[in-house]
Amino acid sequence: MEASRMTSDPPPQQRGFDNGETPRKKRGVPEGLWIQCESCKSTVYRKQVEQNLYLCPDCSHHFIVPGRVRIQQLLDEDSFEEWFDNLTSKDPLGFVDSKPYKDRLVAEQKKTGLKDACIAGRGYMRGRPLVFALTDSSFIMGSMGSVVGEMLTRSVEEATRLKLPLVIVSGSGGGARMHEGILSLMQMGKVSAALGRYQSAGGLFISVLTNPTMGGVAASFASLGDITLAEPKALVGFAGPRVVRATCKIALPAGFQTSEFLLEHGFVDRIVPRPELRTEISRLIDYCGV
Amino acid sequence: MKPQYVLPFERPIVELEEQLSKLESQPGPTPTTLESIRNMRVEIAKLKRDVFENLNPWETVQVARHQDRPQARDYIELICDEFIELHGDRAFGDDRAINAGFAKIDDCKVLFIGQHKGRNLKERNECLYGCAHPEGYRKALLKMQLAAKFNLPIVCLIDTPGAYPGIGAEERGQAYAIAVNLREMSQLPVPIVCIVIGEGGSGGALGLGIGDYVGILQFAYYSVISPEGCAGIMWKSVEFASKAAHALKFTGPDLLKFGVVDEVIPEPLGAAHRDHRAMASTLKATIVRNLRSLETLSAESLLERRYQKFRRIGEFEETLVSGAS
Repeated sequence: MEASRMTSDPPPQQRGFDNGETPRKKRGVPEGLWIQCESCKSTVYRKQVEQNLYLCPDCSHHFIVPGRVRIQQLLDEDSFEEWFDNLTSKDPLGFVDSKPYKDRLVAEQKKTGLKDACIAGRGYMRGRPLVFALTDSSFIMGSMGSVVGEMLTRSVEEATRLKLPLVIVSGSGGGARMHEGILSLMQMGKVSAALGRYQSAGGLFISVLTNPTMGGVAASFASLGDITLAEPKALVGFAGPRVVRATCKIALPAGFQTSEFLLEHGFVDRIVPRPELRTEISRLIDYCGV
Repeated sequence: MKPQYVLPFERPIVELEEQLSKLESQPGPTPTTLESIRNMRVEIAKLKRDVFENLNPWETVQVARHQDRPQARDYIELICDEFIELHGDRAFGDDRAINAGFAKIDDCKVLFIGQHKGRNLKERNECLYGCAHPEGYRKALLKMQLAAKFNLPIVCLIDTPGAYPGIGAEERGQAYAIAVNLREMSQLPVPIVCIVIGEGGSGGALGLGIGDYVGILQFAYYSVISPEGCAGIMWKSVEFASKAAHALKFTGPDLLKFGVVDEVIPEPLGAAHRDHRAMASTLKATIVRNLRSLETLSAESLLERRYQKFRRIGEFEETLVSGAS
């Protein structure tokens, strides 16, 4: 029992958690010509991974895909019309941790080329028109603050108005964004309410869970799909594994909070490997006849 | 009521109160004793005012978590003329962290839902300190749908450190259960009054928090994350919980400013735990006042109003150029 206690956690300063300074090896494909696969540990050529839908050529491990690349992967070429890219986060709390939130936003914008953690708009998937949005985990862990909440809500409302199917690909390890406090929490209610109206009006919402989707994002729009798909072995859950381990004081079961775990417990319709995602979504849309 | 559990900043008040009760218990008080009793009462009231008017956010959290603070079950006993508890989620079990049932408040028939932390060890073991599992949120929703079917308004008292972060909770879909509550509560065609009475802990609180009126007691807080959790992530140690409490801006006045709550409900002098009855009576008046005004709205305008209430929340900058349609 002793070994499974909190002591098995490394001391906090070594965890490489988000304080804005430690390199983030876990997220995305790291810089450099060669990278090590997090799953099979083999050293692979980065270009080869990128050309292979960000899959490990040896074990098909799903690396995190940058949002813009995800759009290229899923939507028809040049069909994406981006919306709401004129929204930027403010700093309503005057929040400062290791650096001021204002500076963090600027740094993240520079690093990712995104305004915030969300990209939204309309496009075509194998010729089917749809509203498409995603959360990009490279921007403050894909967390949802006011801008992400507003962009998603507007996307849902537009999908309702245009009577189009809606696909949201979530990659949000950060859940609701702490730096905007209670306003982030309220975005969960806001987006969910919009989805309620959309779904009551007959809209089809396909939620695609990718690694990682946690906390307030999992506990709002990401879980509300009419159909919920997940990429293999994605981390998806409400409470972070460390918090769960600290509460339960026992070792977590193997595969805890993975896509496979969710499928087993009945919270995901299908696990879909990345190369098949586009075909599967298109086929599902056809079945629903929207 | 004599507090059983004293917070550090309450100690001077309690000391004075002890002196006062000593004076008061003296037989055959002389005019001088009566005079000093009077003075001491004034002094105590002044001290309470000074201490509680200037609580910092971290002290507010401690008051919100005070062991003697009235909880949902206390309010049910003090406010409701009748309470018919309704158990179970029809899927897994009966979560004791969330209590639900029909109740009468004055002449209003309502569905009353309260998160309960437990007032003694036995209750706390059952309620897990107010941390609900998915079955709790499912139970709440099931009863709310029942209420909507028979046109009863809903009252939710929110008091939780957060939804339970455990293996079973994840296996049974904690995230899904909360998400569904958010969506469904936004569409229930009856008035919903939500009041944060102690801790408004993140998704666990919001899962009962989509209402037409959202109020918060003066010394309660409502936050995206616990101050300890925030401190652990941002400053790598729970020791910075006080700093996190300041940074998160989660007490009444800030929540009011952000449009997250409609009202900060005043607590009795020296906070709710010093006078359960007075607090209950204020709470009851608040609930009844809101039920009365909400019952005049049609279901349609109620739903539109609720939608817009949450739709408006958020702060961002919008420049003119956009690809939006």
